[in-house]
Amino acid sequence: MAKKLPAVDVVLVGFGWTGAMIGEELTAAGLRTVALERGGWRDTSTDFAVTFAQDELRYMWRGHLFQEPAHQTLSFRNDSNQTALPLRHLGSFLPASGVGGAGVHWNGQTWRFLPTDFVMRSHNEQRYGAAALPQDMTVQDWGVTYDELEPFYDKFEYLCGIAGKAGNLKGVKQDGGNPFEGPRARDFPNPPLEMAYGPTLFGQAARDTGHAPFPCPAANMSRAYTNPLGVMLAPCTYCGFCEKFGCGNNSKSSPQTTILPVLMRRDNFELRTESEVVRINMDSTGKRATGVTYVDTQGNEYEQPAEMVFLCAYILHNVHLLLLSGIGTPYDPRTGQGVVGRNYAYQVVSSVDVFLGDKILNPFVGAGALGVGIDDYNGDNFDHTGLGFIGGGYLACWNTNGRPIEYHPVPKGTPKWGSKFKKAMAENYLTTATISTHGAVMANRGNFLDLDPTYRDARGRPLLRMTFDFHDNEHRMSDYLTDRAVDIAKAMKPRSINAKKRTGHYSVVPYQTTHNTGGAAMGSDPKTSFVNKYGQSWDVPNLFVMGSAVFPQNAGYNPTGTIGALTYFALDAIKKQYLKSPGPLVQL
Amino acid sequence: MKALYSLFIVFLALTPWLRAQAADTSASRVARGRALATAGDCVACHTADKGKPFAGGRPIETPFGVIYSPNITPDRDTGIGGWSDEQFYRAMHEGVGPSGRHLYPAFPYPYFTKATHDDVSAIRAYLDTLEPVKNARKEPKLTWPLNWRYLLHGWNWLYFDEGTFKANAQKSPEWNRGAYLVQGLGHCGACHTQRNFVGGEKTSQALEGGLLQGWFAPNLTNDKRAGIGAWSTDDIVDYLKTGRNSHSGATGLMAEVVTDSTSKLAPSDLHAIATYLKDQPGHPQDVSPLQGSPTLAAGRAIYRDSCSACHQYDGKGVPQLFSPLVGSALLQSRDHTTAIRVVLEGARTAPTDARPTTSAMPAYGWKLSDAEVAAVLTYAGNSWGNATPEVTAGDVKTVRDRLQVEHDH
Repeated sequence: MAKKLPAVDVVLVGFGWTGAMIGEELTAAGLRTVALERGGWRDTSTDFAVTFAQDELRYMWRGHLFQEPAHQTLSFRNDSNQTALPLRHLGSFLPASGVGGAGVHWNGQTWRFLPTDFVMRSHNEQRYGAAALPQDMTVQDWGVTYDELEPFYDKFEYLCGIAGKAGNLKGVKQDGGNPFEGPRARDFPNPPLEMAYGPTLFGQAARDTGHAPFPCPAANMSRAYTNPLGVMLAPCTYCGFCEKFGCGNNSKSSPQTTILPVLMRRDNFELRTESEVVRINMDSTGKRATGVTYVDTQGNEYEQPAEMVFLCAYILHNVHLLLLSGIGTPYDPRTGQGVVGRNYAYQVVSSVDVFLGDKILNPFVGAGALGVGIDDYNGDNFDHTGLGFIGGGYLACWNTNGRPIEYHPVPKGTPKWGSKFKKAMAENYLTTATISTHGAVMANRGNFLDLDPTYRDARGRPLLRMTFDFHDNEHRMSDYLTDRAVDIAKAMKPRSINAKKRTGHYSVVPYQTTHNTGGAAMGSDPKTSFVNKYGQSWDVPNLFVMGSAVFPQNAGYNPTGTIGALTYFALDAIKKQYLKSPGPLVQL
Repeated sequence: MKALYSLFIVFLALTPWLRAQAADTSASRVARGRALATAGDCVACHTADKGKPFAGGRPIETPFGVIYSPNITPDRDTGIGGWSDEQFYRAMHEGVGPSGRHLYPAFPYPYFTKATHDDVSAIRAYLDTLEPVKNARKEPKLTWPLNWRYLLHGWNWLYFDEGTFKANAQKSPEWNRGAYLVQGLGHCGACHTQRNFVGGEKTSQALEGGLLQGWFAPNLTNDKRAGIGAWSTDDIVDYLKTGRNSHSGATGLMAEVVTDSTSKLAPSDLHAIATYLKDQPGHPQDVSPLQGSPTLAAGRAIYRDSCSACHQYDGKGVPQLFSPLVGSALLQSRDHTTAIRVVLEGARTAPTDARPTTSAMPAYGWKLSDAEVAAVLTYAGNSWGNATPEVTAGDVKTVRDRLQVEHDH
């Protein structure tokens, strides 16, 4: 029997980026807020101090900051005709556990989506005709526009101290920035990072071949920064231990380095770690969430009543919790009916290794988002007529790391070990650049999340089941992007190149990106979306879903910037409207 | 002293008359008392359990043993609820408890004696508003013969100058306010002035730094090298208000002082304190930087590897976040205990509303040997214009052994 706790105004399920942002804004608005985090407390000086933060074996290979599959996992299959099997090791994506969530171990690549990304269906139908979108492609408009989100992108970027160069200030193109981006009201809070040599060479080749290179926006500090909350970050040391690591130098934006120092001091805020939410509780009408039930490490169960419930965990857990709690109609791929689990999407990535041979690039001088990119082939920045796909992605050359165990760039055909491998490593480690492509994934009728009929977790609950594969749109787009990367690679005058196309079925084994999206999509129609543009459930107006679960499909960018913007956009409406008059923020 | 004694007799004679006055418990007086109690940082020593502030029981480590702070909530049996205002004043002014017993000078009455009668009464008025908490005092664990209280008569005769603060007419009212706070309720010298072997203050070295509880409380005089001579008045105010300035951050015991006391003081009082401190010349020494020692080369390599990510190659650090080592008083102090300690066990600054980000240094004790710690401190203490005598592996071992003892307890 769960012990019933005193009611609070707000309960946050999960305490990463969105939980910290909501906690900060709503406690400032005077609400009593409790955050429930299944993992433990983590902070810079105690948990990833400079004296041990750069421990590749511990953090990267043994996954010290990640979710433990033995505790919580999911099952996977490529299509509905297969039987899903549980993941017993993390691979393709790396959800976190613990305070700060994946906001601790991310790289810091902080993009804005394109204005056209938010009107994916209507824009592409208008430009290329309805027939350009295949029957099974279930993409939709977000119900929110870039212009609506712009002030909140800005707010998130200033919270984080993003380093970058504007390409479009209030509609005026700026030299050296991304000319394709939507208009910004003002420039980035910090100038671009010092650029490494490999990305610089890529930028020159890209410009020579008629593209528009720019320094990628980075949550790695290009200088000391104090954010609007008064929280301080230090200049990045370019140590090359960002993704899969916590930053020991307060140089990478994370909840710990931007929000928690202020939030943890608030009297009306309480964080309970090692508290795993197992259910969202509903009243008898099914129209109102009454709070959540969680379990501590002793196995004790607690009921936490709250006026508002925010799902702030990773997308897979948010959707899992909705399904387990019986909220919303589960998606059925045969009929196309139902919304929970619908429009699960991901990212399609590929790369081209560029073996320069005669230029020393020092790959160990790295930062998570230290790179030069081009956006010429992203979204609808180029004419797709006759290409057989919609959407696109950015191309970038990064110096994120030269870590000894992970990074071994060798030409195709090199043995995996032995003296020939060593020789190839010695020849190429310092002289190889890699161009990455970062492609969008369009929603597809056959890609979805539901509950596994067979496998259960440690608490006896069905696992989340992921059914996902790349379809023609992804393969054509990714091949197109890889070919464009090859064009630029050749212009870098290399000794040789190795193009690694993304071929065949999606595999959950090799790491690709932790950019899972969808399953509780937003939109304007409750038949095809679980939440409105504020992340508010159509069915349960005091339940909000944060994070990338609300993306109706994925764009050709890393998601965190858009997650931040959507969260602040929702908070603005909650503070201005909902708190005065709780109820639906969008009337049908 | 005899004159003081006469005054004391007169004062005693006046006591019944003073007591006959109705206690002033107005809100403004209580508020003033609270501000003064904050300036005195009473809560720091008189709290063991954060949930029971002022209820006492905190062990105060002295070179002569451990004394447990008493309960100063208004509980009649175990606190000071049964004391008269005059008994309270006598404790503050003379270091004598209500039964006539001498109080141990771990209670800083040699400083509090400077507080005016009115200020002390205001503090009492504030303490009377606290929730009474039952918490009986623990007996001190002092080494013989220091557990004989009558010895305190002699100690007081030697080291205690009873008497309310007297303004220096040559100085500004602000200076005098600062002097009143620093010498009196603020009891800065309790840590920042060196003591002799029986715990008496070396008054000729006032505020030039002192060793206590395994920390060296740094020199607060205007000495540019070993003190805070390079700090502006505003720098001092920033430090006391926010726990941080562009030179340093409050860690260790000072972090508590900032959190509980100075961050809550009025800006005018902080300015006054800074004005007074800037006028303390101290005794600056000419020290030349070490040169050519192989220790420096070893220290430089360790510094670049282990320290420069935060403190930067040039020792300038990151403003307000990672303390600069250029001009660091701790590195250049005559006693390196605190610098060694910070390297061995790390440090955290106190977060304040103005500076919520904790600036933290990780521990290196598990990673660097005594000789390595000594080398890196010798290097940093003799680079970028700094100068200090060589830190030895033996110095580091002394501090490490002490920390080990602390941890074992």
